[in-house]
Amino acid sequence: MTELLDQELAARVLARALANGGRFAEVFAERRGGMTLAIDESRIESVQSGAEEGAGVRVVDGATTYFAHVDGLEPAELERAADEAAAALRAGRTEPTPLTARPVTPVPIAVAPEGVPAARKAELLRELDQRGRGVGEEIAQLTASYAEARRVVTIANSDGLFTGDDRTRTRIGVQTVARRGDKVETGAETLGAHRGFELLEDDPGLIAEQAAQKALTLLDSRPAPSGSMPVVVGGGFGGVLFHEMTGHGLEIDHIHKGASVYVGKLGEQVAQPLLNAYDDGRLPNEWGSDAIDDEGRPTQKTQVIEDGRLVSYLYDHLGAERDGVASTGNGRRESFRHLPIPRMTNTYIAPGESTPEAMIEEVKNGFYAVSFGGGQVDPATGDFVFGVSEGYLIEDGRVTSPCSGATLIGNCLDALAAIDAVGDDFFMKTGICGKGGQKVPVGTGQGHVRVGQMTVGGTAR
Amino acid sequence: MPSVELSPAASRAVEAALGAGASAAEAYASRDTGREVRVHGGEVESLTAATQTGIGIRAWSGHRVGYAYGTDLSEAGVVALAARAAEMAAVADEDEFAAPPAPAPAEIEALPGLDSPSVAEWDAGRVAELALAVERTALAADPRVVGVETAVYADSTEQVAIASSTGIAAFYEAANCFAYLQALAEGEGSRETGLGFGLARGPEDLDPAAIGAEGAARAVAMIGAGKPASRSCPVVLDPTVAASFAGLIGGALGARAVQRGRSPFAGRLGEEVASTTFALHDDGRDPAGAASAPFDGEGVPRRRTALIEGGALRGYLYDTYTANREGTSSTGSASRSGYRSLPSVSASNLIVAAGDLSTAELLAAAGDGIFVTDVAGLHSGVNPVTGVFSVGASGRAISGGSLAEPIREFTIAGELVAMLRAVTAAGSETRWVPFGGSVQTPPLLVSELSISGT
Repeated sequence: MTELLDQELAARVLARALANGGRFAEVFAERRGGMTLAIDESRIESVQSGAEEGAGVRVVDGATTYFAHVDGLEPAELERAADEAAAALRAGRTEPTPLTARPVTPVPIAVAPEGVPAARKAELLRELDQRGRGVGEEIAQLTASYAEARRVVTIANSDGLFTGDDRTRTRIGVQTVARRGDKVETGAETLGAHRGFELLEDDPGLIAEQAAQKALTLLDSRPAPSGSMPVVVGGGFGGVLFHEMTGHGLEIDHIHKGASVYVGKLGEQVAQPLLNAYDDGRLPNEWGSDAIDDEGRPTQKTQVIEDGRLVSYLYDHLGAERDGVASTGNGRRESFRHLPIPRMTNTYIAPGESTPEAMIEEVKNGFYAVSFGGGQVDPATGDFVFGVSEGYLIEDGRVTSPCSGATLIGNCLDALAAIDAVGDDFFMKTGICGKGGQKVPVGTGQGHVRVGQMTVGGTAR
Repeated sequence: MPSVELSPAASRAVEAALGAGASAAEAYASRDTGREVRVHGGEVESLTAATQTGIGIRAWSGHRVGYAYGTDLSEAGVVALAARAAEMAAVADEDEFAAPPAPAPAEIEALPGLDSPSVAEWDAGRVAELALAVERTALAADPRVVGVETAVYADSTEQVAIASSTGIAAFYEAANCFAYLQALAEGEGSRETGLGFGLARGPEDLDPAAIGAEGAARAVAMIGAGKPASRSCPVVLDPTVAASFAGLIGGALGARAVQRGRSPFAGRLGEEVASTTFALHDDGRDPAGAASAPFDGEGVPRRRTALIEGGALRGYLYDTYTANREGTSSTGSASRSGYRSLPSVSASNLIVAAGDLSTAELLAAAGDGIFVTDVAGLHSGVNPVTGVFSVGASGRAISGGSLAEPIREFTIAGELVAMLRAVTAAGSETRWVPFGGSVQTPPLLVSELSISGT
């Protein structure tokens, strides 16, 4: 494991951070690098490479966190950050606990992307371009991107923890535009993991074909319906529904501020007994997995809904300390320039017993939302929205016309309680989640899920 | 490396890239010094003080371009990055229009008033007190305000230096600060949130009482909200919502999307795309605009560009690359989100023309309809290629020309150009809004949008 700062320096920085008091101090050092490129109009462009390093130091005193971050990892700069974080405190020195190194086994990477020639990555994008365009002559535009990112982190805190992690993520994405006369539709697909270039060994071109097929299908779409109806949500990225509807409201910072509809609901039945859901930062090589969180806590599998009962919130260090429980390893941050906050890792609804076919057959008239462009929730009110990227009408128990321009809207507690079937066709997808101005990679997953009643907002009457 | 001077670092980077074999090069170095105070329950929850410094280097090898960025501004660091940028260029394909801004643009006119001495003068305790005053005001405004999820003050002073092998060498400094809160109100068995915010160059121009009162008023106004009936009806967009839509329109007017056929405005120059009531321009030099600067992300002077006037599409926004593609001039619209990003064409400050109706007169003109005060899910509910949108919304019913009951959990749907054509009146009271970029806009009356509720 690469250590970005040695134990002796970390101890010195922590001691300085606590020079004016405070009950907790932490130094988070990071080296981050990566490469991205894109293809557009069948031309490789936007080829870029980044190399950044720096550290953030925080001191916690009472209810207040003082945070300073610096670029670079020179000892003098780290000590300056510690002094800056401690500057507002006025008490006597607190002695940090001597550091003990805790080894971590990072998520295994087979083929380090930085060792793969850039030309090979360009070739991959050309393949995506050809495969996607090959799906149909109506594919008018295709853009694809490749991104690799590596983050090496070293974390030390005044409770004596000294640890680190080495994380490599790889992701490709394809966006397509299909055109028939004046009708224009779009499609998108992504593939990503906490893995190296081996992610792309199988058949990366498949996502280009899928993205193209989505846009072509929508060329035959009609405007989405409006009104309240049963909605069957597709597997994989359909899990973004649970992520928004429930996951965010379980993050302990929202709970502590009274800004979540799940306040006071622990132990209560919030869903039908068929629902079981987890946040799991240890799913092997999954997009939202890490060996440890960004506070050095090992990630874990946390059941949040058990047979429809709410059984756990998601904790970072400070939230757990306040509730007198252990952190669930959900303290995450975008970079050394950000404070850790409670965040999801990979969140999913566990497989159920229904088949997607049966679930759809049972719907007289409704909506089938196969995939989403994304979603948003206000955890305090529970109001959420999801933009549907691929949707169909369900008529007499059968999937019929594709629909464009649909948004699902509702309130968390109502919609969660309205889930009346969970499919057995489980899989995971990748997402980028934004909260408090910080973006982190998250996994979402589920089999097909049916919500008994939900508002579909479209343009058709 | 706080002692590193940005302009010499940028010049060194250009030299280093040429030394590494680039045929042309440009470097963008920035230092952002900022702080943020978050308060909750009358106490400071977090206080962040931070400086971030970095450099991004574009290297051209003929008509191939590559980019590398990093935080190491030492001589060795810059040399390594410059070599990396040249390597990246070798991976890109030839693009005959890829070239640095050339010949060197005319003398860049200074733009005074972008900095603020008060950002440095106000110490942490004083700005924390400002954030606490925002929270206190909201809590005192109404007994139904039960808490404040978060109240925040933040400021930043950005220094930017740019240098290129085509003779660009320029520098500016700009300060911005803002404060906002999310107030929580309870009543009739539900909890509601309300956003209040303010933007300024320096903290002395923020009004904490007004920000707190706005958050409280918005939250309290939503108590008891129900779902409206699905229908098509007149809709008044408040400035925060109008700004979000203006931002989408500004994005769709960027020449990159237009040239690649990924914009609802592609191929419509000179055509009627809006009602004569709706006028929009971009102004990268408006002294009040948060995005104002003397030059853009590739050193081209910022300027004013008419986009939609008299109902017709007057122009698009160009950076050097997209201008080269059409044989026209850059409108100074190359933007960067810091040293990490390649410049790309986007709006600076978007300004929607004011009309002459007060908000009350606008509501009266709507008659029976919906006043939208908040929208959600714009990143997934709007298709920027087609302009088709369906987004979550909340607000108030308009009944007999006046505000009536609060409503929530509905969507408004339509298509951007059709919506602009249906703008029948603009309010006289404009506001700067940080959503959709940096936008100044009045409230707008749209004669018909599709509402989906019950």
